[in-house]
Amino acid sequence: MRPLMFILSVMVLMSLAFWAYRENYATQLALKDVSKLNHEIASLREGLSRQRAEWAYLNRPSRLRDLVALNFDSLGLLPLEPGQFGRLDQVVYPLPPISAFELGVPVDTVGGLDGPVDGAEEPL
Amino acid sequence: MIRTPLRPLARVLSAREKGENPDHIERENIRLRAEEARASAQNRSEGRLLLLGLAFFAAFLVVGARMGLLAASEPMEPRSASSGADISALRADITDRNGRLLATNLSTHALYAHPKQMVDPPRVARELAKLFPDMKAEDLERRFTDGRSFLWLRKKLSPEQMQAVHDIGDPGLLFGPRDMRLYPNGNLAAHILGGSSFGAEGVHSAEVIGTAGLERAMDARLRDPAQASIPLALSIDLTVQSAMHEILEAGMIMMNAKGAASIMLDVHTGEVIAMVSLPDFDPNDRPNFLVKGDPGDSPLFNRAVQGVYELGSTFKIFAAAQAMELGLVTPDSMVDADAPLRWGKHRIGEFEGKNYGPLLSVTDVIVKSSNVGTAHMALQIGGERQQAFYKSLGFFDPVPIELTEAPGAAPLIPKRWTDIVTITTSYGHGMSASPMHLASAYAAIANDGVMLPPTLLKRDKTPVGTRVMSVASAEAAAAMLRQVVTRGTASFGEVEGYEVGGKTGTADKVKPGGGYDKGKNINTFAAMFPASDPQYVLVVTLDEASENTGPKPRRTAGWTAVPVAAEIIRRTAPLLGLRPQIETLAPNAVSAAKP
Repeated sequence: MRPLMFILSVMVLMSLAFWAYRENYATQLALKDVSKLNHEIASLREGLSRQRAEWAYLNRPSRLRDLVALNFDSLGLLPLEPGQFGRLDQVVYPLPPISAFELGVPVDTVGGLDGPVDGAEEPL
Repeated sequence: MIRTPLRPLARVLSAREKGENPDHIERENIRLRAEEARASAQNRSEGRLLLLGLAFFAAFLVVGARMGLLAASEPMEPRSASSGADISALRADITDRNGRLLATNLSTHALYAHPKQMVDPPRVARELAKLFPDMKAEDLERRFTDGRSFLWLRKKLSPEQMQAVHDIGDPGLLFGPRDMRLYPNGNLAAHILGGSSFGAEGVHSAEVIGTAGLERAMDARLRDPAQASIPLALSIDLTVQSAMHEILEAGMIMMNAKGAASIMLDVHTGEVIAMVSLPDFDPNDRPNFLVKGDPGDSPLFNRAVQGVYELGSTFKIFAAAQAMELGLVTPDSMVDADAPLRWGKHRIGEFEGKNYGPLLSVTDVIVKSSNVGTAHMALQIGGERQQAFYKSLGFFDPVPIELTEAPGAAPLIPKRWTDIVTITTSYGHGMSASPMHLASAYAAIANDGVMLPPTLLKRDKTPVGTRVMSVASAEAAAAMLRQVVTRGTASFGEVEGYEVGGKTGTADKVKPGGGYDKGKNINTFAAMFPASDPQYVLVVTLDEASENTGPKPRRTAGWTAVPVAAEIIRRTAPLLGLRPQIETLAPNAVSAAKP
């Protein structure tokens, strides 16, 4: 019995040692991964803050004002002014569609009937 | 184990033969046995003590070795702990009230040298001088070769410059990471933000500290690691600030002024919406203090907060409001305005020697800006009550605003409050205060008589203010200010739809040696809009302005500060979301047509 116990405990010890060995390397690998990811996060964050700064710099009011002045021909932007506020009752309702005839197209009012007129011998 | 019997037969027999007592043998044996047992117990416990001692020794050895290791090794971040979103920056960003960036950090590098590790110092010196025009090759070479082992070369490098230095390829040139403060909007909010620089510098990092303005006043908050990821939101509205800056700059040039300041306050919260002081500077490249001359001429000088001036007739509304508050007058009461007023050896006159008297209603005293009428009201109020009122409006203390310059800019108050002081301060002479004082006092009138401390930080909830006058007096004062614009000295201040109310103030500048300088004015216009339900207070101050389109230069506020203020209101009010109040057009045939 005793030798069996002895052999068994030695085998358990060896398997535990093997497990510990593997865990050790797995942990080191995970730590390496974490530090790599942390570095990546830090560099992305740095990039993010740099882009935010760049965005703020490119959108600074003085630059936008200059751009508006430069591109006035195509954009036609002007500062916001009190006159641009309106009231609802100043807004024109949509006009009823004019369907009787088209403006600008002369209408022939003299003849051109297609069907026969009552009492007539033949079409005019 | 072989045990000796207690009574060995041989010895007992021999003892009997000799006639001795055999019990002695037994006792002797018991004694020996006990002694043996004691010796073995002592041995065992000594062994255990030794073992315990060894264990303690080993434990102390481990603790000691660990301590030694910790003390001797370089500190290292725990590799497994994830750096959360909170340790992203050393110093918190600053944004405006809508989250637009005003100040942020940019990581960059500093350049330093280890001359002893340099391969070819003369070549490095030449190459560096080529890259950086402000460095001289001879100087650098001398410093590289004079035996020192370390020197700083540049505090900040752009990525391009860093690459160029890399390309020199000398092992003696080294880079240290730096967090640099960046103000993307340049001059726009220069005096509010102030500036920053490096504090304690090391090779691996340097602390960024605020040197002026809000950066310095809020340094503890900005550097607090717990709040570093939360940007500090200011009450400033960048759009309004930009429009105000543009107009004030144009106005300053047009009115030939050497300086200008302007402040806009939200009257219900006390928040500063915009604050401009001109001339200004770029906080990214903060100029040095003036070594000689008047520090007030430096672009670093914040006229809106640091500039204490006699603010002139803008003060008259306080006398009128207080007189109404005390029940001494009503807006329609007639007061004595017969100019000039003689008081002791002093003679109080009106602008250009006019006489608005003999009697003038309180409203007209304000509308026509009568010194004599105001003086009579002030005398009715009395010096003590007048002082108490000014004190409640904050004119006796520095403005409690989050700028490092503010506590140093205390108002100039006469030491003895004689009757002549009561008279002159009622129309804004004889005591000096900053435009910010004036703005917050006007905001108290506009806020139905409740005084709020002004702030540059966004307020989530309105603080409880102190009531300085009744709602009725505040409303009556606001109505008077409206009339100053419709039919008084500030007629250029009318902005259609915004019911501007305000008071002009023109004061001669005080000469450095004493007395007044007739040709140099401080022109102020303090306004609130819309007067029937004030939302914002605007103060515009121009330093030595003159309007030169007429035959002779006009130096009054009505001609200089008022048109600038009106343009500011016209441009910024729509940005603040205020709708102009325009008369409704009668519906015509087109707008009334319905489908």
